[in-house]
Amino acid sequence: MTTPVDQTIARVVRDEWPQLMATLYRDLGDLDAAQDAAQEAAEIALTRWLDDGIPDRPGAWITTVARRRALDKIRRERVGRQKSELLARLERIEDEKQPRIPHVDDQLQLFFGCCHPALSVEAQMALTLRSVGGLTTTEIARGFLVTEATMAQRLVRAKRKIANATIPFRIPDGGELLDRLTVVHHVLYLVFNEGAYASTGDDLLRLDLSAEAIRLTRVLASVMPDDPETLALLALFLFIESRREARVDDSGAVVLMAQQDRSQWRRPLIDEATELIDRAVRLDRPGPYQIEAAINSLHAEAPNADATDWAQIVLLYESLAVHRPTPVVALNHAVAVAMHRGPRAGLDLMDNPSIAEPLDLYHYLHSARGELSRQLGDHRAAAESYDRALELVNNDTERRFLRERLRQLV
Amino acid sequence: MKYACLIYSNEKDPVSNPDPSTPEFGPIMEGYMRFGQEAGDKILAGEPLQDTSTATSVQVRDGEIITTDGPFAETKEQLGGFYILECDTLDDAIQLAAKIPHASMGTVEVRPVPDFG
Repeated sequence: MTTPVDQTIARVVRDEWPQLMATLYRDLGDLDAAQDAAQEAAEIALTRWLDDGIPDRPGAWITTVARRRALDKIRRERVGRQKSELLARLERIEDEKQPRIPHVDDQLQLFFGCCHPALSVEAQMALTLRSVGGLTTTEIARGFLVTEATMAQRLVRAKRKIANATIPFRIPDGGELLDRLTVVHHVLYLVFNEGAYASTGDDLLRLDLSAEAIRLTRVLASVMPDDPETLALLALFLFIESRREARVDDSGAVVLMAQQDRSQWRRPLIDEATELIDRAVRLDRPGPYQIEAAINSLHAEAPNADATDWAQIVLLYESLAVHRPTPVVALNHAVAVAMHRGPRAGLDLMDNPSIAEPLDLYHYLHSARGELSRQLGDHRAAAESYDRALELVNNDTERRFLRERLRQLV
Repeated sequence: MKYACLIYSNEKDPVSNPDPSTPEFGPIMEGYMRFGQEAGDKILAGEPLQDTSTATSVQVRDGEIITTDGPFAETKEQLGGFYILECDTLDDAIQLAAKIPHASMGTVEVRPVPDFG
């Protein structure tokens, strides 16, 4: 049974995890060994703190325990030169009476290593959640709706490649830094989306991946406080998260933003996000996440859908398309145009082959077309589009929404 | 750490694999000379290969040698040469591999060489 004390301890352990892992990885130079030591120390903390209370500096406590565990294990298991080098290093650290200050760089290295472009994007996500986030393999498997065996294998394969191909855990320098940071952002973005718009099945019992993505992005923002895109990414997540309750009604059906009860939007998250995007923009280095966050801030400040500054949103989508010339961005632009200039203008854009062809299998295109046709009073076209969307959708909540829309037409 | 860089490109494509008698051949060769100078003693070995029409695939089954005309697999891009590079990390190997001329005209597969020593 978990008690409030258990939960507090679990939260403290989790909050300390990124620094813990980063420090251990620096000391041990081995992801698996660091992971094992951190896991063991976390388990010890969970029981010990229950009796003794949470120490003043939980991070230092848990790191010391973890390093001692690692030392013991190396003494027992390692052989030869590897053993003596590692032991010498760890014993030297042990002798330093001063507690080691966790380096910001260590945490960054961990992010960049887990999100190394030589790893598959699935592996990048899993590894980041495991190593930086401290989640168990079981929890991550539950987040992505795959079996534990599949997830375990994915992690093992990724760690084997890191070791065998000597993928360095380092902060990329100069011009490479921004490119690599884009990869880290993308990984966090995908994890968040997987949680916010779960694409398959029922969402009960699922690990909350969007909350995890927010937590990890907070860590990243704390170590890169001057990177506008990182701040904007966190702002974007918070804006979307603020609407979570309003996005689904009591019966579990999807509610489109225009119909959402805006009093349900969580103001503290919006305020935090607004402050973050303001800070980001003041750094004067524009980027796609800043544009996305800005679009969301316009939604957040509007009292209702009609009073939204759609003209501005249309412009923002146009600049987003410069950074991300993708059909999905073009579709979102078309939706904004429909809100600004009416459904006909939106539909015309959606008929353009540059949107219609690549997104033919994307249910959202067809449900958006259905909605606009319905607004125009063209019920036959609307029904066709909703039918097509229903064929393609693989999420129960959205399926229910589309069936309801279709039912209202006839 | 040793990394093998396996250089793939479409051997039938006159742009990436021009005939030595054509003017396009020169610049590609110069590119490889520059790469050789830049990578210096990080290059432990490297050879171009003749095209896959010269390949023979060999298998032994039940003690019998079976030979087949042609490469192991028919692919859009073929293995046309390789380097063995000495680099500290995969990042360094990727940086160097990106400078191999055919990385811009085909694909360079970077594979770590195991150290059994």
